[in-house]
Amino acid sequence: MIRQDEMFSPGLQNRQRRNRIFKWIFLSANLLGLVVLAALLVKVMRDSWGWLDLQFISSFPSRFPEKAGILPALYGTVYLMIITAVFAIPLGIGAAVFLEEYAKKSKFLSIIQVNIYNLAGIPSIVYGILGLTVFVRWMMLGRSLLAGGLTMGLLILPVIIVTAQEAIRAVPQSWRHASYALGASKWQTIRYVVLPSALPGILTGIILALSRAIGETAPLIPIGALTFIRVIPGSLFDSFTVLPIQIYNWTSRPQDDFRAIAAAGIVVLLVVLLGMNSIAILLRNKYQGRIKEV
Amino acid sequence: MTLESIISVRNLHVSYRDRKVLKGINLDIYKNRITAIMGPSGCGKSTLLRCMNRMIDLSEGARVGGKVLYRGENIYSPKIDPAQIRFRIGMVFQKPNPFPKSIFENVAFGPRINGYKGDLSALVEQSLQRAGLWDEVKDRLHENAYMLSGGQQQRLCIARALALEPEVLLLDEPCSALDPISTMHVEELIRQLKERLTIVIVTHNIQQAARVADYTAFLLQGELVEFGETSRMFTVPKDKRTEDFITGRFG
Ligand SMILES: Nc1ncnc2c1ncn2[C@@H]1O[C@H](COP(=O)(O)OP(=O)(O)OP(=O)(O)O)[C@@H](O)[C@H]1O
Ligand SMILES: [Mg+2]
Repeated sequence: MIRQDEMFSPGLQNRQRRNRIFKWIFLSANLLGLVVLAALLVKVMRDSWGWLDLQFISSFPSRFPEKAGILPALYGTVYLMIITAVFAIPLGIGAAVFLEEYAKKSKFLSIIQVNIYNLAGIPSIVYGILGLTVFVRWMMLGRSLLAGGLTMGLLILPVIIVTAQEAIRAVPQSWRHASYALGASKWQTIRYVVLPSALPGILTGIILALSRAIGETAPLIPIGALTFIRVIPGSLFDSFTVLPIQIYNWTSRPQDDFRAIAAAGIVVLLVVLLGMNSIAILLRNKYQGRIKEV
Repeated sequence: MTLESIISVRNLHVSYRDRKVLKGINLDIYKNRITAIMGPSGCGKSTLLRCMNRMIDLSEGARVGGKVLYRGENIYSPKIDPAQIRFRIGMVFQKPNPFPKSIFENVAFGPRINGYKGDLSALVEQSLQRAGLWDEVKDRLHENAYMLSGGQQQRLCIARALALEPEVLLLDEPCSALDPISTMHVEELIRQLKERLTIVIVTHNIQQAARVADYTAFLLQGELVEFGETSRMFTVPKDKRTEDFITGRFG
């Protein structure tokens, strides 16, 4: 008898079986999510069938389902996302760079850190109330696109900061050392070594954050985005509405046709979301290709 | 032959938090010579090396006392910018650490950062030549550096440091992650580079010190036990501990 056989009982068959079982568990977890998502998509598509056309995209809301359209909400959402992104992305990345690269480890720093984590979990309506107080009233921006964008920006700021921090922390220390050893300053090291390597991770965070923002309604309700809008917002200070609010508005009407319109609105929202994310994913892939690690 | 000292370590003390790691080191690094710093693991070789271009500043909790003179000036005096010191005194690390960029960009990084005014691609080529890597990579300069083998990556890191034309090059166990053939390449390279610059190489490998170094410093538990010409030190060591170390009786 081989000596190993006396000492071990490998039970290979058993282990392989367990292997297979777990593979199936993980696969079904994955499939379950996909199936539910597909079912939702199919239902929304079916409901909206025949309603989603050029007229729908290019018209204003109306009391008559045949005439109703989504144009102002579409513009509202796109503009709002741009303002949100312009406000939250630089601020979020900047805060993350400060926390990871500049700030000295201290009690104070860890208090700040814990608070950022907590901010990510605050109900979004609270941000709406904050936005109403600070932007609408105090800064006197009114119930405007700008106030809405800034509020949304605050909402997603913690997510962007935390994911950017994770991405920055994941950059190997040895690359920073290599940079310093070549006489680079701190800023040069951050600009040319740390940020490019962290970019894919930062972009993933941005995708997640903006995807959340695009579907939010609660923080915009106190800001006053619930209004029935008949014009496309032309400036930062105009009133506005957004797709999810418009969709909600339609679903709450008694007529069946409006529910079909709501489904069409959902499809438009999904397309905008997809478009936004593909830009980010394209950017990410472009950089990831360049930055392949060991 | 006259010996000109380019770096002088004077009564150098280093501690990490409360742990003393270097205890009053005095050492001269001579121009256009190869100096090896050898000693058992944890004796403070890397720490000593990092003190010579102020990379030690990046170690959290490290406190430095004493002086390191570079061309007669204390590099720890407050009016010195550490970036300036690192620009003149290059460093290669134990584990190859190329940037996740192309081979070309890796070598061009230092010159770019420091405002190089000449022809960048010529400089990149010349640096890769000097690092003995040019022939292997000349057709794939725009490939990612991590496509290279470990030994090639390490020579790339040497090329990257050479691109700044530093006066001194500090090497921290540059061969410890390499196979014997790559090690031979790098050692050969180091011997050639001596004409142009001064080299300090940390190694825990006694044979390597004997093969490449003109001068050797033997460090033990944060103290400099012995320093002198390699040939002399390996034949007639003055200190009993040195003798024990090079005959492999400890460490
Ligand atoms: N950043 C640090 N913080 C705290 N202690 C450290 C730090 N770096 C090194 N040390 C300690 O200082 C001592 C000397 O370390 P050093 O890296 O200089 O040794 P070494 O001679 O290079 O060893 P090796 O041959 O293993 O690389 C070791 O005991 C180590 O644990
Ligand atoms: Mg070491």
